Amino acid sequence: MPDLLLDIKGLETQFKTPDGIVHAVNGVSFGLKEGETLGVVGESGCGKSVTMLSILGLIASPPGKVVAGEALFFGQDLLKMPNEKLRHVRGAQIAMIFQDPMTSLNPVLTIGRQLEEPLMIHIDMTKNQARERAAELLSMVGIPNAKDRLNDYPHQYSGGMRQRVMIAMALSCSPQVLIADEPTTALDVTIQAQIMDLVKRLRSELGMAIVWITHDLGVVAGLAQRVLVMYGGFIIEEASVNDLFANPSHPYTIGLIGSLPRVDGKQQGRLYSIEGQPPVLYQKPQSCPFAPRCKWVMERCWKENPLLIPISDEHRVACWVDVKTGRPR
Amino acid sequence: MSNDSDVLLKVVDLKMHFPIYRGVFQRQVGAVHAVDGVSFDVKRGETLGLVGESGCGKSTTGRAILQLYKPTAGEIFFEGTNLITLKREEMRWMRRQMQMIFQDPYASLNPRMTVSEIVGEPLSVHNVAAGKEIQERVAHLLELVGLNPSFAGRYPHEFSGGQRQRIGVARALALQPSFIICDEPISALDVSIQAQVVNLLEDLQEQFNLTYLFIAHDLSMVRHISKRVAVMYLGVIMELANRDDLYLEPLHPYTQALLSAVPIPDPLADVNRTRIILEGDVPSPVNPPSGCRFRTRCPIADKICAESRPEFREVRVGHFVACHMVS
Ligand SMILES: Nc1ncnc2c1ncn2[C@@H]1O[C@H](COP(=O)(O)OP(=O)(O)OP(=O)(O)O)[C@@H](O)[C@H]1O
Ligand SMILES: Nc1ncnc2c1ncn2[C@@H]1O[C@H](COP(=O)(O)OP(=O)(O)OP(=O)(O)O)[C@@H](O)[C@H]1O
Ligand code: SF4
Ligand SMILES: [Mg+2]
Ligand SMILES: [Mg+2]
Repeated sequence: MPDLLLDIKGLETQFKTPDGIVHAVNGVSFGLKEGETLGVVGESGCGKSVTMLSILGLIASPPGKVVAGEALFFGQDLLKMPNEKLRHVRGAQIAMIFQDPMTSLNPVLTIGRQLEEPLMIHIDMTKNQARERAAELLSMVGIPNAKDRLNDYPHQYSGGMRQRVMIAMALSCSPQVLIADEPTTALDVTIQAQIMDLVKRLRSELGMAIVWITHDLGVVAGLAQRVLVMYGGFIIEEASVNDLFANPSHPYTIGLIGSLPRVDGKQQGRLYSIEGQPPVLYQKPQSCPFAPRCKWVMERCWKENPLLIPISDEHRVACWVDVKTGRPR
Repeated sequence: MSNDSDVLLKVVDLKMHFPIYRGVFQRQVGAVHAVDGVSFDVKRGETLGLVGESGCGKSTTGRAILQLYKPTAGEIFFEGTNLITLKREEMRWMRRQMQMIFQDPYASLNPRMTVSEIVGEPLSVHNVAAGKEIQERVAHLLELVGLNPSFAGRYPHEFSGGQRQRIGVARALALQPSFIICDEPISALDVSIQAQVVNLLEDLQEQFNLTYLFIAHDLSMVRHISKRVAVMYLGVIMELANRDDLYLEPLHPYTQALLSAVPIPDPLADVNRTRIILEGDVPSPVNPPSGCRFRTRCPIADKICAESRPEFREVRVGHFVACHMVS
């Protein structure tokens, strides 16, 4: 088994709100291997962002708190690391791209300045070296006249260009891990295709591991090698990308794939629809979080929350039922 | 072209320019060419899909059809009547036939009104029902869209996104319209909820013989729900055809690139695809390129593309394209 770069164990994160405690992440465990691209999918509010922000120590507290778990990076627990050291890991070794490029770029600083700063802080470049590297990075992500455009401010860039700057910034110190939180969701498909093309190219050039968060199963199919499916703060299925689509084994995953029409027309007729609503997270569920919407639900599902268990070598699922036979596992 | 009695809505060379004013004297310095000469028919009982990327003019087209804007130029015939020439009172009457469902189920419902008031409002405004009859009609409408009539007294914030969109659909159905413009009715919803709403729209269409103009940027969903599809780019329709003709044999280079860029939720299908990656961004509609609007990003553009605007012409039966390079 190849070495794990990141090894997350039993992560739990909660938020205190006036209406009660939100159980956002409820015991999430997964690993990230060297050089692999891991897709994380799930609907709005299922805990994708909070999981990653927890790992990087970026949950604002209060209201949030990581209440349990370990996040090992090269054997060291990020959750216990002193702030100063963690900041360095975030700057140089694990980089994150946030969903909204406008909130993560400073509107009053030039693009150049924002690219140069981390290079000077984290890898001790001089001003001139940093300037040169910044121009290199910009042209690497496909921005023409990079040298001149370093002097521009974020509002002078289009949405797609700002997203590229975010990528350039994240890659500037050659991180081992890139965590990308829905970086293409707000973009049009032709621009999304440009960015995904770019990421694939950089991935093979730089050999870093990637965690790609999205709610779009199509994006995952085209980019990831392995996939985590989240629901209600849990990982409910984990598999290689081919196995997940060929052999989805959690009722929620099956429903999700069945509810998507396809641009190539391969899925026709009435759409499969998952009835009911996504869960509210004010209590940590004692039953399967999907039970109220599940077609296969049995008595046991209401009494015990199923654990994520292996059903084959690289495939894990959290469900009491074997959907192929309709009988208990 | 088709027999005229099949045509419910006919749009001819519609233009919608929004003026831009600047300076102390608020002089007009230019205009946003949001919609710049589009023509199409919508046939009775069909769903026409209208797709294109953000800002290309889809919503503006829909709003201009309903006369929520006064178009800069063009004609709009509904059941043969030119809406542009109608007086206010006549248009009010016409509006009963034509309704709209909006993108954002959170913003489009008045938070201070109960569900019953929201769904019943069109009935009282148009004086088609009063008192107890409204309540009965509302209960029936809620049932139609799959909501429990006992929810009638609740407020929008007590509902989830999918349920709110159902409330919007119930309201749009209140006056028994024949035509509904659905402006991105599912894009604000969770994936697992989208199918619920789409299935509902399809069921209602069958039940009441409704005609839809379905606006969306999700090309997969548009393929699923539409009979014919129109593709817009920068204020202009580039291609319009029967669903399968458009998706299986797109003729316009923009449609080809757009379709090749849509992710397919199937890793095996994705491997064998050729992607056409377009360079650059969509130009500004304030200063659209001369000639063909797409030429600045078009992989096959030639000299003529900068010189003259390609005509929107029928190159195969029922298949319209605006491109100099398509024969
Ligand atoms: N600051 C906060 N205070 C209270 N609850 C929060 C806070 N941040 C997140 N949550 C809750 O935690 C849960 C998980 O949120 P998270 O942002 O991880 O979802 P997500 O899967 O990233 O969704 P999306 O696809 O919408 O980005 C949600 O129910 C959310 O409402
Ligand atoms: N009231 C208005 N005044 C000025 N400009 C407008 C107005 N409404 C729309 N526009 C501009 O017209 C163009 C077309 O806008 P429209 O909302 O029709 O696009 P759309 O295709 O519906 O996009 P989206 O997919 O983002 O909803 C855009 O450039 C927009 O900024
Ligand atoms: S555990 Fe039960 S309720 Fe949950 S997904 Fe499996 S069958 Fe459905
Ligand atoms: Mg998120
Ligand atoms: Mg719109």
